[in-house]
Amino acid sequence: MDAKQSSRRAFLGAGAFAGAALTACSAPDATPPEAATAPSLLGAPVRRYGERSPHETVARGVRDSQTPEAASSRTPLDETYGIITPSALHFERHHAGVPDIDPTAHKLLIHGLVERPMMFTLSDLKRMPSVSRVHFVECSGNSGGEWSAKGAPTVRLSHGLASCSEWTGVPLRVLLDEVGVKPEAKWLLAEGDDACRMQRSVMIEKALDDAIVAYGQNGEALRPEQGYPVRLVLPGWEGNTNVKWLRRIKLTEGPQFTKDETSKYTELMEDGEAWIFTFEMDAKSVITAPSGGHAIGGPGYHEVTGLAWSGRGKITSVEVSTDGGANWSEASLQQPVYSRAFTRFRLPWNWDGSECVLLSRCRDDTGYVQPTRQELIAQRGRYSAYHCNRIKGWRIAADGSVSNAEA
Amino acid sequence: MRKLSSGACMALIGLVTHPLLSQELGLGREVTAAEVRAWDITIGPGGDELPEGSGSAVEGSQIYEVRCKECHGELGVGGDHAALVGKPADLKKAPPIKTVGSYWPYATTLFDYTRRAMPFEEPGTLTDDQVYAVTAYVLYLNGIVGEDDVMDRDSLPKVEMPNRDGFVPDPRPKP
Ligand code: HEC
Repeated sequence: MDAKQSSRRAFLGAGAFAGAALTACSAPDATPPEAATAPSLLGAPVRRYGERSPHETVARGVRDSQTPEAASSRTPLDETYGIITPSALHFERHHAGVPDIDPTAHKLLIHGLVERPMMFTLSDLKRMPSVSRVHFVECSGNSGGEWSAKGAPTVRLSHGLASCSEWTGVPLRVLLDEVGVKPEAKWLLAEGDDACRMQRSVMIEKALDDAIVAYGQNGEALRPEQGYPVRLVLPGWEGNTNVKWLRRIKLTEGPQFTKDETSKYTELMEDGEAWIFTFEMDAKSVITAPSGGHAIGGPGYHEVTGLAWSGRGKITSVEVSTDGGANWSEASLQQPVYSRAFTRFRLPWNWDGSECVLLSRCRDDTGYVQPTRQELIAQRGRYSAYHCNRIKGWRIAADGSVSNAEA
Repeated sequence: MRKLSSGACMALIGLVTHPLLSQELGLGREVTAAEVRAWDITIGPGGDELPEGSGSAVEGSQIYEVRCKECHGELGVGGDHAALVGKPADLKKAPPIKTVGSYWPYATTLFDYTRRAMPFEEPGTLTDDQVYAVTAYVLYLNGIVGEDDVMDRDSLPKVEMPNRDGFVPDPRPKP
């Protein structure tokens, strides 16, 4: 009996035939094949909040840490589809754990160089004019290991501190109009309600441009680990400035030089000087499949796919090389392409079965082209630690196993 | 019209023409200066927001012993977590070592961060005097202040950090 027949009627018919044959020819105690006689089972009833299939186990990558409250978890980019990261798989980076916040008690204070210091509740924010936009958030420490000659063995480890969501909330400029920003205010400080009250200074231009005070993520409330009940989203800017559990915004003349904008998230050059307030994430792409740790089986048709994004605007092209950079082909970009968002690229590929290296290289609408590791090091030295957006390679061995090209 | 909100209005232009949105939203409530003071814990590099209180390295060493040493090590090095002590030359090592002493541009940041975030498991439990004292001690271990120097709202912002001029604004070309 061919269980793969697509029509239910044909399937049942074949079963009935098999049953008849068994009755006629088999010993009386023989158990007929289950599919032949079992009635169709009713499925599970409706339920209030859905869960994924118990067969699905994809999860964020978490490494052991002495302080798991000041640690990170990584998005399994090679096991997500399209451009949206499921909220439950959005990467995490916390400095003092995930606070448990009562949304009815939470307030956002806006003060400093303003006409009227004001406090907003979550229900105030939800009554205001809203926007929904698709944007990536990337930790500026993402791909930090890629500065080294070796690089990471899997795309989760090399690029998993980046995720993309549809964020819903109030444009920050709407709130700033409510409090009345004084002309001397050139910066603002955003502070979270986590145990360490994580805080960052942000230029006012960004606040008035596209900053969102977000309460929604992918159609529902923010996840606790993404800042529930309200976070700042600064499209394209390094993840740490997208302050979670937002409790306070202070308008100031200058930056406050907080710990996380001096000791951390600054780039030390080889001459001993450090770049500070390097907010935009440079354009970056990575092939997510095939990628390190995969086994692609035999030669023949394969789809090469991956993600590209830029903190400065839209991705305009992604080129893929299947021969270590000698030749490049234009990948197709999933439409629509959003500004400062993950952009999915795909390229059909016929693998001839011989060892090769896959690379991807993107360009954004400012004309910027993703650099090689050597180009990046020539500009920023070996120890600038953050903002690594080098081209990443995956080696396909003759047996179909995939590994980091530089291992 | 205020300089800054003109940018906001330009961006909102499509919305502003809607009659409802040309009015103020009337949402949220104004707060008093006292409410703001209770919430505003940020200390900027000028130190204007620093609270009353004081402390010296001698007092701070006691606090460090009990509240910091288990994680940051004896004398601020060799612990399981960030080293707090180093010299400017550490930035030229391969790889460089960034510490309060080698890297941080402002002493006010050390006060602000310690007060809001440390000790890691019990942030916000030190009194302002204790924060001044332990700040003085970490600065003393780095050779930046003397053992008896008293840190308070006047003296702390005057402390000159070795890497004060070590930072340049993002030089990447702007599109
Ligand atoms: C239980 C361990 C623990 C204790 C106790 C502790 N710390 Fe920390 N400290 C940490 C961790 C973990 C971090 C990094 C936090 C992060 O990821 O943002 C840190 C970071 C710091 C930093 C920033 C270092 C840098 O260069 O960026 C300073 C300064 C600091 N601690 C001071 C103190 C002081 C002062 C005390 C005592 C009052 C203290 N810590 C107690 C664990 C601890």
